[in-house]
Amino acid sequence: MADIIMAGTGGQGVLTAGKILIDIAAADDKNVSWTSFYSAEMRGGTAACCVVVSEDEIGTPYPDKFDILFAMTEDAYNKYIGDMRDGGKVIVNQSLFSTCEFPKNVEVYGVEASGIANEMGNSRGANLALLGAMIKGTGMMDKKKFGETLDRYFSKKGKASAKNLDCYNKGYEQALKI
Amino acid sequence: MNNDYSLMKGNEAIAEGALRAGCRFYAGYPITPQSEILEYMSTHMEERGGVFIQGESEIASMSMIWGAAACGERVMSSSSGPGYDLKQEGISYLASYNLPAVLADVMRYGLGDGEITEGQDSYWEATKGGGHGDSRQIVLTPSSVQECADLTYLAFELADKYNTVAIILSDGAISQMIEKCYLPDAIEHDKDKYDWAITGYKEKDATKVKVTNMDRTIGHEAWNELMRNKFKTIYDNEQRWEEFMVEDAELVLVAYGISARVCKSAVRSARAQGVKLGLIRPITVWPYPDQAFQNMPESVKALVTVEMSISSQMAPDIQMASKFSKPLYGYLSTLYVPKTEELVAYCKSVLAGNENALEVY
Repeated sequence: MADIIMAGTGGQGVLTAGKILIDIAAADDKNVSWTSFYSAEMRGGTAACCVVVSEDEIGTPYPDKFDILFAMTEDAYNKYIGDMRDGGKVIVNQSLFSTCEFPKNVEVYGVEASGIANEMGNSRGANLALLGAMIKGTGMMDKKKFGETLDRYFSKKGKASAKNLDCYNKGYEQALKI
Repeated sequence: MNNDYSLMKGNEAIAEGALRAGCRFYAGYPITPQSEILEYMSTHMEERGGVFIQGESEIASMSMIWGAAACGERVMSSSSGPGYDLKQEGISYLASYNLPAVLADVMRYGLGDGEITEGQDSYWEATKGGGHGDSRQIVLTPSSVQECADLTYLAFELADKYNTVAIILSDGAISQMIEKCYLPDAIEHDKDKYDWAITGYKEKDATKVKVTNMDRTIGHEAWNELMRNKFKTIYDNEQRWEEFMVEDAELVLVAYGISARVCKSAVRSARAQGVKLGLIRPITVWPYPDQAFQNMPESVKALVTVEMSISSQMAPDIQMASKFSKPLYGYLSTLYVPKTEELVAYCKSVLAGNENALEVY
């Protein structure tokens, strides 16, 4: 159904965003796989995870090409934009992005994810704001259902906070096609 | 079988599968990419009433599980790369004492320290190793998180059934990824059910001679026969594999673990492009699934082994299994997880006669 690459800088919650996504897709009866690539540092360095969501049995969990690129930084965008399938969706965090020419074979959606997170007093919630933008840009899941499951994900971990859902909702609302 | 799935890493599924199979003694030492097995055991073993020990080394950990196995417990250790090398002496002793034990070897890439990343470096060590002496160990190769749990569970059953060491030969990709996993039901193991297990020292306790090196109570000849029969029985009864679209294939890929996952994608993609690939996925690599190669369809022109290694470690087993009936090619991706379309392109090139067959030596 979708091969998704989620990338950014270590500490931005890229791997967590991927885990939230598979949690929700799995609850929706999909098969999922999550693989990660990261350097040894806890903060800084590149971090990425690849998420495969499928109705069918998943073959390789390391797809050659992607349908969705979730880029928390411009570096992450630059690293993976060449691996996109035609018609793919690219979601970028415009807070950490300069202006650039986007390739014609993909649709690009942007949101000031880090800006939203800071405004909401939840500076670590930029990943959730970008998830909101991703749900809007791809239409891959229902907005409300995704939000509810996201809330449950943090509650299960004992980290429930209304600010998380706020970041997600704001990201969804403010995301625009570029 | 549990109806609720868990989202977990392959390593966690191995550890939880072991606990549900009644494993109540684990000793090991951390090394990437298997450390989550040890971490999971350190968190969850005590709540199941078992014992977790981080040994001072791999060798000490092997001696610990040897002792606990001799007492009838279901025991486990795990390691990777150079850490797994240190298990070999212990495997030979466990084999000599005919004790059941389960080991997990989460492979990485390279020699020496190599890299801590994905790879399939230890096929030879797992299937032909086991320290000095000519013992064989059952070797199971999970290709999904589900199989990490299921095959670990099975490994304890088989180890118990044959009084042998059973090895889970996983790899950094399968062990580190998260997928859905339906965990098997938990069972309790009765460590007192054996007539050979050591129960404590008493002046006239006959059991203290029942667990010995090469069982000297029956003599060498009888012991040799016992061992030969054991390995033959396992070979005859425990070959496991999956066939995927082999019936009409022109080219059959042979792969296990992460490589087999890529091969499945390659088979589907190639068929969509009109190229008939198939896949034989060994699930046991000792015993090697020779039976899978016995009635190969006439349509099959050649075999291709796909491995994340420098040399094809599996090629000699494939040639023996197929009795050299088909040309064998090799796609060896070393430290890189193979790319699906590059593998498909290679297969097309093989069928077009543009590749050299693998030299196996």
